[in-house]
Amino acid sequence: MTTTTSDPGSLLVPVPEDADLAVRVRGLRRAYGDTKAVDGVDLDIVRGEVLALLGPNGAGKTTTTEILEGYRHRDAGEVTVLGIDPAKGDRTWRSRLGIVLQTASDLGDLSVEESVTHFAGYYPDPRPVGEVIDAVGLSEKRTAKGFDLSGGQRRRLDVALGLIGNPELLFLDEPTTGFDPEARREFWDLIRGLRGAGTTILLTTHYLDEAEVLADRVAVIARGRVIACDVPQRLGGRDESLATVFWREGEEDRSQSTHEPTRLVADLAQRLGGEVPALAVHRPSLEDIYLSLIDHDSEETS
Amino acid sequence: MSTSTLTREPAGAASVPGPLALGLRRIRIELKVFFRDRNSAVWNFALPVLLLVIFGAVFGSQDIGPGITFAQYFVAGMIASGVVYTSFQNLAIAIPMERDDGTLKRLQGVPMPKVSYFIGKIGLVFVAYVAQVTLLIIVGVAFYHLHLPSDLGRWFTFVWASVLGLVACTLCGIAFSVVPKNGKGASAVVSPIVLVLQFTSGVFFVFSQLPHWMQIFASIFPLKWLTQAMRSVFLPDSAQSIEVAGQWELGRCAAMLALWCVIGLVMSLVFFRWNKRGQN
Repeated sequence: MTTTTSDPGSLLVPVPEDADLAVRVRGLRRAYGDTKAVDGVDLDIVRGEVLALLGPNGAGKTTTTEILEGYRHRDAGEVTVLGIDPAKGDRTWRSRLGIVLQTASDLGDLSVEESVTHFAGYYPDPRPVGEVIDAVGLSEKRTAKGFDLSGGQRRRLDVALGLIGNPELLFLDEPTTGFDPEARREFWDLIRGLRGAGTTILLTTHYLDEAEVLADRVAVIARGRVIACDVPQRLGGRDESLATVFWREGEEDRSQSTHEPTRLVADLAQRLGGEVPALAVHRPSLEDIYLSLIDHDSEETS
Repeated sequence: MSTSTLTREPAGAASVPGPLALGLRRIRIELKVFFRDRNSAVWNFALPVLLLVIFGAVFGSQDIGPGITFAQYFVAGMIASGVVYTSFQNLAIAIPMERDDGTLKRLQGVPMPKVSYFIGKIGLVFVAYVAQVTLLIIVGVAFYHLHLPSDLGRWFTFVWASVLGLVACTLCGIAFSVVPKNGKGASAVVSPIVLVLQFTSGVFFVFSQLPHWMQIFASIFPLKWLTQAMRSVFLPDSAQSIEVAGQWELGRCAAMLALWCVIGLVMSLVFFRWNKRGQN
């Protein structure tokens, strides 16, 4: 049933053995001098899912994704991306990927439409240019030069160039940096639409709300290893962790941790006669779980 | 962002576009970007003409040989320099900037072979050179008694010298693009090299009047041979008397430029990188 050799009780929940994988990584290693940037990463991405890769800066996220994208070579490990070893990927393989890198400041002298049209020409089966520009919300900036776009608009152009080739697998490296809240919501809708159309997506992000909303599964990477991987609702035992109920009784703010928050609230309602003042039930957010995972990992290894 | 229209068709049987088709695509976009960028307009068009005007005004009327003014000699040298400006200097500065601003990384991520990128650069260099040389020739003919050759043989020399020089210097520029640590500092590394070659190769001074060791130094590099070939095109044959060898030595010019094409090709294949050092 399982594909990884994980211990019982591990935070790494493997995918079913018969799953159709877009990406399969086993024992990936890469060192820069004495620094082990990636130190034994195992990772599966199922076709059609959105997998969010979380982790502190320097944890090995970028090195891992850039090895998958064919930018960097690896020291050891097995990697297949769309059935092919990225180190041997040819142009046909590359045409099936879409890559949205972190910061870039190129294309300043070209208009949005010129850039997207130009990049469409690299692919055998591109999406219609106008459609992609609309989808990323740049229709009104079609004729604007790259230099004249705001940070968020530039990022949308990057996304458009990642989408134009009609990729089976899309890499998004911190795609919403510089977006205002409204633009982020719109971007989330776009990603949901892509997922609905069958695109596999590897999303690297620092925004945990983004991972929670978009990701089918979340992988947490720290010190060059994946330390937890599961659906966002269950990551790191989140679904089994205690809930905290907050309320006010008399002049006093009170709280209690419990496995049975519903029962506690019902008891309170009865005891306090109806409406419970300042009632709140708090479950650990993905961010709480993430931070405790990262903390725990650094305690364990230091 | 409306998502209703974005669909993903299963990949069709269409195959990736060929390297040559993508190369032509690169030429179009390179030209568009080049001619829109103010920096490149200054470096590649205004500066050579400015130098021509200044040197022409100061030394232009000095006779340096039988019926030859320095201005005529200098225009030929500037046309040869135009080869180096538009190819070597242009690329050795522009490519590190493209490495810095993410252009190269983005291109590395699309299904395009390196050779298409090189075709784009070569196309850009040829067009920029033709534009620059046309400008220099117009200024030279209008103000500095430059005589356009009337026989086909000289035009033939002009064409092969330009093509060999451009290919050699383009390849050397691509190879040299790994030397500057970043785009900002690139012109500070590249421009002095071009300037030293110009001083020692018979552009700013009459080559035969330079110290012997300087002549030997310059003879290693292509610009010296390029200036000599261009003088054979634009100066009368009587001007051979002020050449070091007393003749144009066109065979040696062609051989040295061809040799630099080979050196440039080997160096660009060995040294060219998409990434900054340590990023692969």
